[in-house]
Amino acid sequence: MKYHLDFSPLVPYWPVFLNGAWLTLKMTAVAVVVGVAVGTLVAFAKRSRITPISQICSAYIEVVRNTPFLVQIFLLYFGLASFGVRMPTFAAAVLAMIINIAAYAAEIIRAGLESVPRGQIEAAECLGLSKWRIGWHVMLQPSIEKVYPALTSQFLLMMQASAMASQISAEELTAIANTVQSDTFRSLETYIVVAALYLVLSLAIKLLTSLLGEYLFRRRRVVRQAAALNARNGRATALPPTAAVASRGGAA
Amino acid sequence: MNFGLGSFTGTHLLYLFTSIWWTLVLSALAFVLGSVGGFGVMLARISHKAWLRWMALVYIECVQGIPLLILLFIVYFGLSVYGYSLPALAAAGIAMMIYVSAYLGDIWRGCVEAMPKPQWEAAECLAFSRWQTLRLVIIPQAVRLSLPPTVGFLVQIIKMTSLASVIGFVELTRAGQIINNSIFQPFLIFAIVGAFYFALCYPLSRWSEAMERKLNVANR
Repeated sequence: MKYHLDFSPLVPYWPVFLNGAWLTLKMTAVAVVVGVAVGTLVAFAKRSRITPISQICSAYIEVVRNTPFLVQIFLLYFGLASFGVRMPTFAAAVLAMIINIAAYAAEIIRAGLESVPRGQIEAAECLGLSKWRIGWHVMLQPSIEKVYPALTSQFLLMMQASAMASQISAEELTAIANTVQSDTFRSLETYIVVAALYLVLSLAIKLLTSLLGEYLFRRRRVVRQAAALNARNGRATALPPTAAVASRGGAA
Repeated sequence: MNFGLGSFTGTHLLYLFTSIWWTLVLSALAFVLGSVGGFGVMLARISHKAWLRWMALVYIECVQGIPLLILLFIVYFGLSVYGYSLPALAAAGIAMMIYVSAYLGDIWRGCVEAMPKPQWEAAECLAFSRWQTLRLVIIPQAVRLSLPPTVGFLVQIIKMTSLASVIGFVELTRAGQIINNSIFQPFLIFAIVGAFYFALCYPLSRWSEAMERKLNVANR
């Protein structure tokens, strides 16, 4: 059977596609902002000296990271419904995303917190800084700066994982693709268009986060400039090897 | 809650148990095919030929920018319009091979590039060819570095296989859905499904972390 790619039947649907992409972006944005906030709390709580709290936090992190996102969505949407808690699909999808990203963000941020030298915290204590200010200025800010690349690649994976929300028919990009392809019978073309849209979204987020990183972390910029200057003067500085992208993996 | 549709029995549990097998089969398939592809991607990424490096980079960026679900749809529904009707296992295997190869290729490239430059130069002094250098000098050392993230990624692969349920491949998640359709006890069933995934993934996560600590190679 000969088959020609023909995108023309999809042209009238472009506002639908854009709307889907916009919704995907909105869901991701909400999930990321709330998720990182929750994740930060969980990261600090996991370091807490009160054992039950830290144990609960690590149990939460391990359970979320070792089960598929799809099963989490089903559990949240269908599972809670059987207890009489009925949520709109969107709320369920975003809630699942928040629960998911919070666990990953917590683990990433905790890794950053661990890397803060003990001496710096002690020094801050000697200066009489309050607990909150130590947490914010001495621990959290440098940690976030250090783990920023890992965190942003996690956001990208979350954006892609939001495609799974189509399985509980939240009307985001993938669900829209399913409707459009059953309208037009152009499945291959529809999915190619959607794949391209996801790609554009990913690149946009990548660009945005790297620009934001440049803006937020002035110190890193200065350090890099100094390293470049050193290299030019013949004193090669050893740069740390770049961390393997997403080696700790995504939502899936 | 029970709507008089029957309740969860040992038979259902057995059915879920046997479906773990298919999750494992698909994971193994994805990992083996993905490793082969990923090795090729890694080689292309460190090639001397600029066009090859660029092509591999574009491949990685493209695949990493597209959700696996969409790749699955393209392979399964997309190829069917050409008249190839793939079995679900084959479609899932191909889609996951593409996805896994991009990620593993990138992870392994990082590990190979982390090898100190003098290792390459020394091998050159011994008149090793490029392939000999890679095979005898670089890769044996890079494997140590790459083992923890690779095992960590294996966990992701096992979780990813849950997506094959949407094209009707009966693995663990799909089996859960099928049972749920007949007896409608979603919370219980998906909690059990989740517990099974946890039982598969948690040991691997632990192993990966332990190796990371033991091999202690990441940044010293």
